Amino acid sequence: MKILVCISSVPDTTTKITFADGNTKFNTAGVQYVINPYDEFGLSRAMQLKEKMGGTVTTVTVGRADTEPVIRKALAIGADDSVRIDADPVDSFQVASEIAAYAKDKAFDLIITGRESIDYNGGAVPGMLAELLGINSVSPCVKLEIEGNIATMQTMIDGGKEVVKSNLPVVAAAQKGMVDESELRIPNMRGIMAARTKPLAVVPGSASGNTAAKTFDLPAPKAACKMISADNVEELVHLLHTEAKVI
Amino acid sequence: MSVLVFAENWDGSFKKSTYEAVSYASSLAAKVGGSATAVVIGNVSDTNALGKYGATKALQFDGDNMNHQGIASILAQAAQATGAKYIVFNGTWKAKGAAPRLAVKLNASIATEVVELPSSTTPFNVKKKVFSGKAFAHVEMAGDVKIIVLSTNAYGVHENAVSIAVEKGSGAATEKDVSLQHVEYQKTAGKINLTEAELVVSAGRGMKDPGNWGMVEALAETLGAATACSKPVADIGWRPHHEHVGQTGIAVAPNLYIAIGISGAIQHLAGISSSKKIVVINTDPEAPFFKAADYGIVGDALQVIPKLTEAIKKLKG
Ligand SMILES: Cc1cc2nc3c(=O)[nH]c(=O)nc-3n(C[C@H](O)[C@H](O)[C@H](O)COP(=O)(O)OP(=O)(O)OC[C@H]3O[C@@H](n4cnc5c(N)ncnc54)[C@H](O)[C@@H]3O)c2cc1C
Ligand SMILES: Nc1ncnc2c1ncn2[C@@H]1O[C@H](COP(=O)(O)O)[C@@H](O)[C@H]1O
Repeated sequence: MKILVCISSVPDTTTKITFADGNTKFNTAGVQYVINPYDEFGLSRAMQLKEKMGGTVTTVTVGRADTEPVIRKALAIGADDSVRIDADPVDSFQVASEIAAYAKDKAFDLIITGRESIDYNGGAVPGMLAELLGINSVSPCVKLEIEGNIATMQTMIDGGKEVVKSNLPVVAAAQKGMVDESELRIPNMRGIMAARTKPLAVVPGSASGNTAAKTFDLPAPKAACKMISADNVEELVHLLHTEAKVI
Repeated sequence: MSVLVFAENWDGSFKKSTYEAVSYASSLAAKVGGSATAVVIGNVSDTNALGKYGATKALQFDGDNMNHQGIASILAQAAQATGAKYIVFNGTWKAKGAAPRLAVKLNASIATEVVELPSSTTPFNVKKKVFSGKAFAHVEMAGDVKIIVLSTNAYGVHENAVSIAVEKGSGAATEKDVSLQHVEYQKTAGKINLTEAELVVSAGRGMKDPGNWGMVEALAETLGAATACSKPVADIGWRPHHEHVGQTGIAVAPNLYIAIGISGAIQHLAGISSSKKIVVINTDPEAPFFKAADYGIVGDALQVIPKLTEAIKKLKG
């Protein structure tokens, strides 16, 4: 099994989001970067598959040198080698184009992405990547089993789940469930040491995007919460009915 | 100029999210000077219903329960046949899966999680959710063809009845498009779909014991609401995982979100920030959730919920 895992470097989930330069840029000051949580589920599943079936796990990230700590973390978790495509990620199409150009002639059996990156929430890279490579995709993928040349996957549909099957290669976009939280891999000391010398190739990027985030804003601040006594739930019901008009 | 809209159906019937996409598409068509054409894939008994939300035409294609690839393939053929410059999708899993594939096929730009009509059409500028709803971006879309995927419940359903012409679309998915094989469905029967729900009752670790969920369900049932939960509650198996709301779970956008015994961690708030009104019930007056709430009760959930259910029953008579 030759597995490719796409890793995006994103602000930690507890980050307070603010913008700089007249609301034209995300304010990165003091922000901690982590492996996109969905990619972490995918990487952990890739490690399990490698241990079961043999093979290699390569990661790919489109980003500048500042993404390398996150890439090293993926290597510490157990990826064999990593590739960084040296470009500022601008949108899903550019990222998917870069990854497709890299993966095209490498004969990966399985490509794992996350179901979306938690920063710009495009959710579009897996489908675009699969379309560019002319292969099937499953997004979100909450279970992934491989047997021979066949991947059996579970995806979410509105109102339940669907089980589907595809020949390899396939793109699977990880959602929690692909592994359980308890199965998430955490780097240990040996892994961290080993990661320092594992190969991290840097290749130039050349694709361009077709969308651009021009400005950002934050949701309007909420009015103060109206407190109601626990002995007076009728008042709450009354307010929900007459003031909020939601029931 | 024709605006296409993917009119998703479930076993032959439409849902609210379909009408939301059609509503958006017809308003967009009015803005760019054109009309909205719905693309229906598979057999639907009441395609005319789409006219109520402003679709002047519906193109009907064969193919039941089509996968992402098949949907993208059919829409690409419909877009080419109609010369559509804009294609609108609802925010369901299927639509979110198909739209990126279509973008590549048509060499179109795409924006997902879109919450409003474009603020300008030249250049084409839309507002979308970023950072899991903690912020918005105003995105300029280039390219000749633009694909818009809505954030569920953000734009809403707007009636705008027009007369609709239903035609058979020409084209079909190829064998390769449908090479992803369907094996089986595992449907959560009878439940209100959480991502589309207008009312949601959600509970967290403050409920103390899974045995206490009966009163949460009774409240939800009285309201006609969907049930949801915080992540730890799903992790310890008190509730099924598909109910877990938040950054790593699902995002909801109801008119009313009632949060019971949930502290209001930032990762939980990421999944509910699009709720129009929020009620928080918590023993701790300092619980961070109160900062995000519209109405709050400091009190023990186990005491408050049954009273609340009774009061709602009284209201409903
Ligand atoms: C990477 C990452 C991703 C995460 N993603 C998510 C996510 O998607 N969704 C999510 O929910 N969490 C997520 N979390 C976890 C999140 O940080 C919180 O730990 C979690 O939301 C807390 O759940 P809770 O409020 O149910 O429990 P607690 O934090 O234990 O809070 C329980 C609350 O109940 C109150 N309470 C206690 N007894 C009663 C009573 N009798 N009546 C009323 N109130 C009572 C307490 O005052 C407290 O406020 C994530 C964390 C990380 C690190
Ligand atoms: N800059 C990037 N480098 C590598 N992979 C990425 C990058 N951005 C997104 N991805 C992958 O694509 C998935 C979906 O991202 P998105 O379409 O941006 O929401 C992520 O979970 C990653 O697996």
